[in-house]
Amino acid sequence: MKISLGPLLYCWPKEKVIEFYRAVADSQIPLVYLGETICSRRRELKFTDYMDLAHMLKASGKEVVISTLALLEAPSEYTELKKQVDNGEFTIEANDMGAVQAAKELGLPFICGPTVNNYNLASLKKLHSWGMQRFVMPVELSKHWLDKVISIETPAFEIEVFGHGFMPLALSARCFTARHKGLAKDNCQTICISNPKGLLAQTQESEPLLRLNGIQTQSAACIDLSSEKDDMENIGVDYFRVSPSSMSSVELADKLFDGEQAPQVKQEKSGSELSCNGYWHQQAGFSTV
Amino acid sequence: MELLCPAGNLASLKTALNAGADAVYLGLKNDTNARSFAGLNFTPKKLQQAAEYTKKRGKKIFLTINTFPKPGEEKRWYEAVDIAANTGIDALIMADLSLLDYAHSHYPHLPLHLSVQASATNLGALKLYKEEFNIERAVLPRVLSMKQVRALSKVTPVDLEVFAFGSLCIMAEGRCHLSSYVTGQSPNTGGSCSPAKHVRWQEKDGARLTRLNGVLIDKSSIDEQMGYPVVCKGRYTTQDNSEPTYLLESPTSLNTLSLIPELAKAKVVSLKIEGRQRSPAYVEQVTSVWRHAIDTYLDNPDQYQTQDEWNRALSKVSEGQTTTLGAYERSWQ
Repeated sequence: MKISLGPLLYCWPKEKVIEFYRAVADSQIPLVYLGETICSRRRELKFTDYMDLAHMLKASGKEVVISTLALLEAPSEYTELKKQVDNGEFTIEANDMGAVQAAKELGLPFICGPTVNNYNLASLKKLHSWGMQRFVMPVELSKHWLDKVISIETPAFEIEVFGHGFMPLALSARCFTARHKGLAKDNCQTICISNPKGLLAQTQESEPLLRLNGIQTQSAACIDLSSEKDDMENIGVDYFRVSPSSMSSVELADKLFDGEQAPQVKQEKSGSELSCNGYWHQQAGFSTV
Repeated sequence: MELLCPAGNLASLKTALNAGADAVYLGLKNDTNARSFAGLNFTPKKLQQAAEYTKKRGKKIFLTINTFPKPGEEKRWYEAVDIAANTGIDALIMADLSLLDYAHSHYPHLPLHLSVQASATNLGALKLYKEEFNIERAVLPRVLSMKQVRALSKVTPVDLEVFAFGSLCIMAEGRCHLSSYVTGQSPNTGGSCSPAKHVRWQEKDGARLTRLNGVLIDKSSIDEQMGYPVVCKGRYTTQDNSEPTYLLESPTSLNTLSLIPELAKAKVVSLKIEGRQRSPAYVEQVTSVWRHAIDTYLDNPDQYQTQDEWNRALSKVSEGQTTTLGAYERSWQ
């Protein structure tokens, strides 16, 4: 099983993004997803900037996938999506059926991201017949689910599991970050840039629950399946995805690549950061088994 | 413009049709639909009765099979499609690729409506489902502004249906894991959002605590009117604000009475009323108001105005007794 780095889900300043991907280029991570998947109002990096980064990473020997928007609303977003799909060089991660259609129409291979609903083998096979090379398991599914799907027959596509990071839980038309800061979405000043790991929301009993990231809602807890790596490998998972949340995510991915034991990774995590693994064990996502 | 109403049981179905629904939608009594609550929905025999009753009145009946088949248990979902085909259902409302494929290949003449759970918001997605499964209609997720609905309606290869009234789901439907994050069950996997077995109310120091699987969703005064507890309508604090607020949305319902002219001009073919889990009294109240409003519009489109008494009647059966235009209105977003 190999390590992959998921797309950066937060809005960071352009210089920080470039610095981050320079570190990625120097890492051992073989597969890198790159692109804005949350909000088209985030314009720190434009399509050409992402393509430049993609070329830089490719020159460092990485396999690069261009990730696309998960929620398309305006016609302009659909136009931009088609441009990304037709980039002429890199495979795309489809995070919406609109992207699947765009790739299929051009006869291009694609990866299905975690926000495409894949809940059974027959649907996965259908997507494979349209060009899907790999899929990222929806975060709410479990090892048990994967076991069942794979045990029917050896799949003709690769499997990636969201193994580490804050989980994408929902998407809305509403920008929760702008709303919380008293701004209208149409005049948001890209205020989400002020929360590089999203905005933490807690219950009235001070229990961390959610992370507001623009129109996306994430888990407050960080999923950590690093101790399940051997199991994943045994059942046939091809990639373990690390979803980046800071510069240290690159270091963490490198350590996992080196096959370091999970406890070592865990020990280095800041104590205030909750981890969870419930979904993998068919439990509530926020729980730890 | 069709008025499409919910039927959680035979009594609601009859009530809806008598109150002026043009069509009703319903689900089987199992987890093949996302309102899989105890005491709700139809056995195959009841479905037969429902179909006969609806047909006699010259109205339409749609079966909702909008969850995703589980590995190893797919048979239950395929059987639901077979039952619908053999019961004379007018259309199936579905989201899963494998089910759309099954229905399209086995029953090519059975019309397919793309469920809101498929989360199709753009031309590309609609084209895909049209080309592959010949869907006739798509239900739009509650994430598009009115302007975006208009833009999509100009290019769509299929008919469009929208949510007109009812509990407001504020996330892109079919892609929300908030319920399963807290309870382990989501509409996609377990057939319901925020399952009742995980809901607990406690009274403590003069306050009511609402818990979902132990997690404190809200804390309110004892006499405060609360909606059904869901994660997206709870009060939380943030790193910036220690005062608990409705961070995502407050308990409220969608009400688009004032948008009828614009929806009609955008050639939206069907207005959907949410609420298969609600009582026949709710169905009667909401269906009557909407029938009246649509007829008023059709009689004289240029003079249409929403009447206060309609809104008052709808507010009474709304969550938190308030309503919103939701994402249709840009300022809500």
